Amino acid sequence: MEYFVQQLINGITLGSIYGLIAIGYTMVYGIIGMINFAHGDIFMVGAFLALIAFLVLVALGISSVPLALFIVLLVSMGLTALYGWTVERIAYRPLRQSFRLAPLISAIGMSIVLQNYVQVAQGARVKPLPPLIHGGYTLFEGNDFAVRLSNIQIIVVVTTLVLMAGFSWLVANTRLGRNMRACEQDLKMAALVGVDVDRTISLTFVIGAALAAVAGLMFLLYYGVIDFFIGFLAGVKAFTAAVLGGIGSLPGAMLGGLLIGLIETMWSAYFSIEYKDVAAFAILIIVLIFLPTGILGRPEIEKV
Amino acid sequence: MPRASESTTKPLNVTAALKEAAIAALVAFGLFVLMIGIRTDQGPTGALVLSTRFGVLAAMVAVVFVGRFSIALLWRRTSISITTILPAPIRATALRLVPYAAAAFLAFALLVPILFYSNRYLLGLGTLILTYTMLGFGLNIVVGLAGLLDLGYVAFYAVGAYSYALIAHYFGASFWICLPLAGILAAFAGLLLGFPVLRLRGDYLAIVTLGFGEIIRLILLNWQNLTGGPNGVFAPNPTFFGIPFTAADNGFAARFGLEYSPTHRIVFLYYIILALALLTNWVTLRLRRLPIGRAWEALREDEIACRALGINTTTTKLTAFAMGAMFGGFAGAFFATRQGFISPESFTFGESALVLAIVVLGGMGSQLGVAVAATAMLGAFELFREFEQYRMLVFGGAMVAVMIYRPRGLVSRRTPSVLLHERPARAGETHGETSR
Repeated sequence: MEYFVQQLINGITLGSIYGLIAIGYTMVYGIIGMINFAHGDIFMVGAFLALIAFLVLVALGISSVPLALFIVLLVSMGLTALYGWTVERIAYRPLRQSFRLAPLISAIGMSIVLQNYVQVAQGARVKPLPPLIHGGYTLFEGNDFAVRLSNIQIIVVVTTLVLMAGFSWLVANTRLGRNMRACEQDLKMAALVGVDVDRTISLTFVIGAALAAVAGLMFLLYYGVIDFFIGFLAGVKAFTAAVLGGIGSLPGAMLGGLLIGLIETMWSAYFSIEYKDVAAFAILIIVLIFLPTGILGRPEIEKV
Repeated sequence: MPRASESTTKPLNVTAALKEAAIAALVAFGLFVLMIGIRTDQGPTGALVLSTRFGVLAAMVAVVFVGRFSIALLWRRTSISITTILPAPIRATALRLVPYAAAAFLAFALLVPILFYSNRYLLGLGTLILTYTMLGFGLNIVVGLAGLLDLGYVAFYAVGAYSYALIAHYFGASFWICLPLAGILAAFAGLLLGFPVLRLRGDYLAIVTLGFGEIIRLILLNWQNLTGGPNGVFAPNPTFFGIPFTAADNGFAARFGLEYSPTHRIVFLYYIILALALLTNWVTLRLRRLPIGRAWEALREDEIACRALGINTTTTKLTAFAMGAMFGGFAGAFFATRQGFISPESFTFGESALVLAIVVLGGMGSQLGVAVAATAMLGAFELFREFEQYRMLVFGGAMVAVMIYRPRGLVSRRTPSVLLHERPARAGETHGETSR
């Protein structure tokens, strides 16, 4: 029981990170119907930018960890958003009128570019970062097993919840959110009624990349080690999460992320750690056989 | 960075060009300031230490500024195409030569071992190119003809390779017995993937196939008792009708009264893969004329219309998967026998992406295009082997660039499978289906 609760906590933490990345996939898919294959690598770039920004701040003599992390969060969100914008501008926008597979191929190319760019710029070796946030709470003990909730887990989950709430509010209540929903329903019609479609799509990429940057920072803090290849697996799992939850649906992305995180953690804990990725993919396939549009992906549900 | 075409409506507008270049340089600065300007390395204590590279950063920003400035000033957006660059008479000649290009290509492929007999490196490269050409042909059935996007094609390659290596390892069967078995097992893997995928919309297909590819790889990696896990498994060499390529008395060289040379084996392997690739090509071209091939192409164009016409989409999709997978399996078995050793490392998503890139850059559905794209891509890889670090960067960039400037691939003119009327008299337009 205690072991199960502990795994539940770990799974929710991991699932929050996947959920944040999944939002980027689901929004882009909802609006322009393309799989932004490079999104996982945007997440990886975000993690690298966060790492470098933090080291620069330390070198500049900022010793307060909360302040440094806050600055790092802003810097990495901003710069990663710039990457998201540039990728869309260079690799996807010229292909808006092209055939169906073109943007996906371009996205795979962009993913290869980003991975190798980071590898060339920062080297192929893993980048360790000593743990910055210590401590935690022991929730309860029993059977010689203490269930612990560490501060970093609290930070990850709370940040995710705050961002999700803020983003849902943005989609539901702001002019940008309205434009996004309009584009999601019908690009041409949205353009006819005066929505700046190009700008809306750009901003979607910018927001998706910023959220991925937060996920990157969380990943860096939680695991303490990153390399140029983390984007692939995290990206595939986040996309799995988006599809599982019903692509195009915001709550679906979060739910899918949590499910994938829980499945992965539980499988590692109770079955075998080697096959945790197999479990995630297999469950995706099984769900899609019986629910081809995902859990929350019904067309009548409002999507972004 | 607004669109290039917007800035060229007024020719030589220097102020606007400068403004755009400045914005682009600013964006480039933002992108590169942390990633390029600062490098992190592990210091002696294991902690990361920083070093700065502001010179490189400044150079890159300057390149972006100058590049954007000259593009904004001079570039007029035209579609880059051989047919628009060349003057009309040359264009006509070139078009007339297109049907012969395939024949020339085939003749060259047949002659390679004779022309470059002494150059083992080139023979090896030729074998590699043909392997990927064959994989491209196989994937072309699934993606190019049936229009089903498969991001996990490497799974069938792996199934074929491991089928051969494991059957040979546990039962001592020879390459020629295992080759058809590898194809059959890979085809079954294709059916296995095909069933769940049947109900999926095209958009979800990509991710499920990608997941399938990863599942196969992870199983090969972790089922250590059977596959040897990350240590891989050895695969024996093929024999020439039972005659091994060794220096022994019963070897190939001794039997035919030749002086022993390891090149014999390499040339033999080259011709095996050439024959396999030609077989794949021939079968594909034949299939395209059969009802099933027509059904594939109809499925690619419109699934609903297909159903309305009474085409069984289930069998159509499954046969496409199985057929493509079978050729992937053949290629895999060949890969295993050529390498002599296989491990899960050879079957990552990168391979799937490479084969898909070959099919797409070649122009989906075009057999000649696949061969050209495989040659160009692997040739370029070898050419820039010294720039190991940068070549994948360029490869990714090239994929993006081809999609933007030649989205229909390098060889975009595919012979129509069906013609309603008499063949038009224009030479080279529809003249025969290319053999390779």
